[in-house]
Formats: sequence, structure tokens, C-alpha cells
Amino acid sequence: MEYLLIIVSAIFVNNIVLAQFLGICPFLGVSNKLSTASGMSLAVCFVITLATVVTYLINKFLLVPFGLTFLQTIAFILVIAALVQMVEIVLKKVSPALYQALGIFLPLITTNCAVLGVAINVVTKEFTFGGEAHMLNLGEATVYAFATSLGYGLAMVLFAGIREHLSLNEVPKAFKGLPIALISVGIMALAFLGFSGIV
Amino acid sequence: MANKLSIITKGLLKENPTFVLVLGMCPTLATTTSAMNGLEMGLATMFVLILSNIVISLIAPVVPDKVHIPVYIVVIATFVTVLQLLMQAFTPDVYKTLGLFIPLIVVNCIILGRAEAFANKNSVWDSALDGIGIGLGFTLSLTVIGIVREILGSGAVFGFKFISGDGILAFVMAPGAFLVLGYLMVLFNKIAKK
Amino acid sequence: MAAKSSLVNMAVCLTAVCLVCAAILGVTYAVTKEPIDNAALAEAQASIAKVLPQGEAISEEKSADVEGILGYYVQTAADGSVSAYAVKTVTGGFGGPVTLMVGVLPDGTVYNTSVLSHAETPGLGAKCTEENSHFREQWKGFKGKLAVTKDGGDIDAITASTITSRAYTKAVAQAVALVAGFSGEETDAASGASVNNKEEQDNG
Repeated sequence: MEYLLIIVSAIFVNNIVLAQFLGICPFLGVSNKLSTASGMSLAVCFVITLATVVTYLINKFLLVPFGLTFLQTIAFILVIAALVQMVEIVLKKVSPALYQALGIFLPLITTNCAVLGVAINVVTKEFTFGGEAHMLNLGEATVYAFATSLGYGLAMVLFAGIREHLSLNEVPKAFKGLPIALISVGIMALAFLGFSGIV
Repeated sequence: MANKLSIITKGLLKENPTFVLVLGMCPTLATTTSAMNGLEMGLATMFVLILSNIVISLIAPVVPDKVHIPVYIVVIATFVTVLQLLMQAFTPDVYKTLGLFIPLIVVNCIILGRAEAFANKNSVWDSALDGIGIGLGFTLSLTVIGIVREILGSGAVFGFKFISGDGILAFVMAPGAFLVLGYLMVLFNKIAKK
Repeated sequence: MAAKSSLVNMAVCLTAVCLVCAAILGVTYAVTKEPIDNAALAEAQASIAKVLPQGEAISEEKSADVEGILGYYVQTAADGSVSAYAVKTVTGGFGGPVTLMVGVLPDGTVYNTSVLSHAETPGLGAKCTEENSHFREQWKGFKGKLAVTKDGGDIDAITASTITSRAYTKAVAQAVALVAGFSGEETDAASGASVNNKEEQDNG
């Protein structure tokens, strides 16, 4: 039950793009086409989940015991950067097909603030699922990270669909490109606001 | 001198990080719930941007090409952590308000972007000016978005209320951020690109 | 521009940069540690002062192993008796955790409350932070049924923000319950009554 709440909350209520404003740059950057949007979503999903697990463990067994939590930012970003590189290398060797699909997005992910944002959130923020406020344990953190990245994918794919239609329409010159895209996201976010309060 | 001045002014209009380069969107959208928050976020980013620009322009000639990205990230992350510690010590309230978005300055594409596009091939002095210019442009944009959202959403400017009761709450929440930024961008296109 | 890469100069460069950065961070941490601690202390004291009657001695933060209680402080009067408690308590609101500081007198009366942190909706639930609002004023000197009127209690909820009001009320109730537990112990100790007796009664 707890896990279900986490999943619904992370995907719909606190959608990472539409409610938390994380990972906006790649969200706007690669959502032109449905195919690239879904590729990016998969890569992000993979990295966010992996990075959150690794940084959670590092925080718990290295930073906290030694009183070094002020190094969270620098430690996490380096771990994420290294992790992304490793994923790239491993993927290249193990599954060339997957690498073909995700490869070009991987380098972009290091500077995707969604990854660092989720990693920091999980170890610093208290969460309320079902009324009680508490810190997440490893299992919950993993589920939360995975569900959050699913939310990212959902927003991205929906938005790419809208944008593909937008590109076929005449819009006033000053609205062309990003402005009309941002206004569409605003309307999407308005719709997602309707989910608030259900968890 | 005019040349030096143009390095600063181009950050305000021609290479405005928010409306033209469209970089660093996350803090732009998330922290501009009021004019003051936008201003503070802009200044925090400017602090890191200037320092990282200076240091990176200094070390760029001796950094081997293959490791330049990791080196830059370490430098930027160091300054962000310094900023976090200073803010916790001297402006704990601001630190609490801006929350997650202070550590996230590390992955703000403006900073790594300026390091790559400007600081690593220009002199220390020019890089510092570039940091100031882009930083000011970012701060100004965030403040403007903050002002618009605060007027519409809370009926106030910099915390001074001019109507009683509430504004249009959606503008303080997530959808308002996207809408205001979108329409401001339209306005900017109309004025700047004529 | 950039130097040519070789294994040696890459390793040297990375090590040097990391050493310098570590040094900068170490120094900054050492310099800012005291101000950060002071700021945290000042903040805690300010939030306690807001919810308690005018100043007697206040204890260090103590922890209680109770769900939802983050810690508490004991205020003692000049004669050494306990005059009030300040309890830091947290519950889940509409948008996330709501953390309160609640001042409670030993008899269970709420002295005052203040919001330490929250993530409620601006303009709706976030109104619980507005000082001097009816919602906040009603807590001063409150002693009654700790539930919102909708649930049959004595607390008027914030308009259109029942969930936030419930969370707020629950947080206060946690604090009052904690103090009620203490007061039992305190009076037992003061009157010299045997604690064992009480336990036997409870068991019986």
C-alpha cells in the first residue's frame, strides 16, 4: 500500500517536471519528436534509479558516519558523472542495441538536474505517504526514484505528442518555437494540478 | 573600454541567458514565486558563475583536454558548496526558501555553458566581466518573472501588498511559472527581435 | 588553448584540482561551522521563544522516541519546577510534511504554536503560517477537543483547507499527548507516589 502511494504520488501528484521543475532543459530540448523523447525518458529512468540507489548508500555509509553531509552536492555530482560514464561503457560492451538507442542521450544526463535533484531530495527531505512524515528507507527510495522517472517519461512523451501537432500549426511569429511550447506545458501543468491532494 | 562594456551588456539583451539562450530553466521556473526569491536565486547563481569563470579561465591552459569537463565540474561543485555553507551561516532564511535549487546550481547549464563557450578561451578579466554580465542578465530575468508572478498571484510587489485578499493562485503554483515565462518570451521576441 | 592529454598530466591535473578544492572546502567548513551552528541555535531559540511564556531557563533539545515528535525543550521556572514545554512535531499535510513548534503548559493547555516548515498550497493551506489569523489565534490558550469542527472537535479549520487544518491539529495533539505523558511522571515524582503502584493499577 505504502509503495502504491509512493508511485502514484511521484508520477502524478508531484510530477517531477510539471510540479517540481526538475529536468526542464532536456524536457524542452529533446521533446520535439516522440522517438527521441521516449529514448531520453528510458535513459533518464535507468540513470535516476541507479544513481539514487548508489548515492543513497554513499550518503548512509560514508557521508553521515563521518559527519561529511556538507559534501553531498560535490560527492553526488561526481558519483553521477562517473556512473553515467560507466553505464555508457558497459552498455557499449554488453548491449550494442540498447547503446544505439540510449547512447546519444547519456552524456546529456550528467547535467540533467532531475538526477541530482532526486538523489538529494531522497536523502534530505522527509516524505509523507499516508499521513506520517518520515525519511525514506532504501526500498522506498528506489521505488520513489523509479516512479519519479516514470513520471518524467510520462510528461515527456505526452508533451512530445503535443509538440508534434503544434509544429504542423500556424502560430503567430513571436510565439513560434519555445514560447508556445512553454504555454502548452503550462496548460498541462494546470491539468496535473488536479491530481494534488489525492495522496 | 566600449568593448569591455559590451561584454557586460550583451548578457542583458543579446545573449540573455533566460530569454535568448534558454538555459537554466529549472531555477527560473521553480524559484520565481515572488520577486524577492527570483532576485536572491539570481544573485546566488551569479556568485558561482563569476568565481567559476575566473578560476576556469586561469586553469584552462594547463588542463589536459580529455579531463576538462570533470575538472570544471569539480571547480563548480566546490564553489556551490562554499556558497551553501556561507548561506547556511549568514542567510539561513534565504537558504531555506531556495532549498534544493542552491545545490542544483552545480548542474545549471549556464555555468558549465559559459565555462565551455567563454571562460576557457578568454582572459581572466574578460571572463569575470562575462560572469557579471550573464549573471546580471539571469538575475534581471528571474526578478522580472518573479515580479509578474507575484503581482498576478499574490497582488504584491516585493512583499508589499496592493490589493487585499489573494491573487490568482495558479500563478504562484507550477502552471503559472510556465505560462508567465512563455508570454514574457513572446514579449521579449516582439521587442528585441524587431 | 588546452594542453595535450597524456595519462600522467591527466592524473596530475585531476589530483591537483581535487586537492586544492578539498583545501578550499575544508577551510570554508571550518570558518563557517560556528556561524552555522549559531544560526541554527538562534533559529531554534527564536521559535521556542515565540510559543512559550516569557523567559525562564530553557533546557537543551531532548529527543523522545515517539512517532511524529522530532524533539522537545523543557522550560523551568525560578523555583526549579517545570513551567512549560516546547515540542517540535511533524505530520503529513496536503503538500508534504508540516513541522510545528508547539508550546504546551504542564496542564495540557496549548500556549501558542508556530510553523517551522511546510509545503502547503500558497493561498490555501499555506495560510496556516499567517500570524494573527483566526486559525492561529484560536490556539493561544487552547484547551479542548483537539479536532477540527468537521470531525466534532473545537478547532475552526482554514476555509477550503481542511486537510492542512487536520494535519496542524494532529501535530498539536501529538505535542499535547507527549506532555500529558510527562505530567503524569512529574506529579508522581513530586507527590512521592510509588510508580509501581501506578503500573499495577494499569495492569489491573
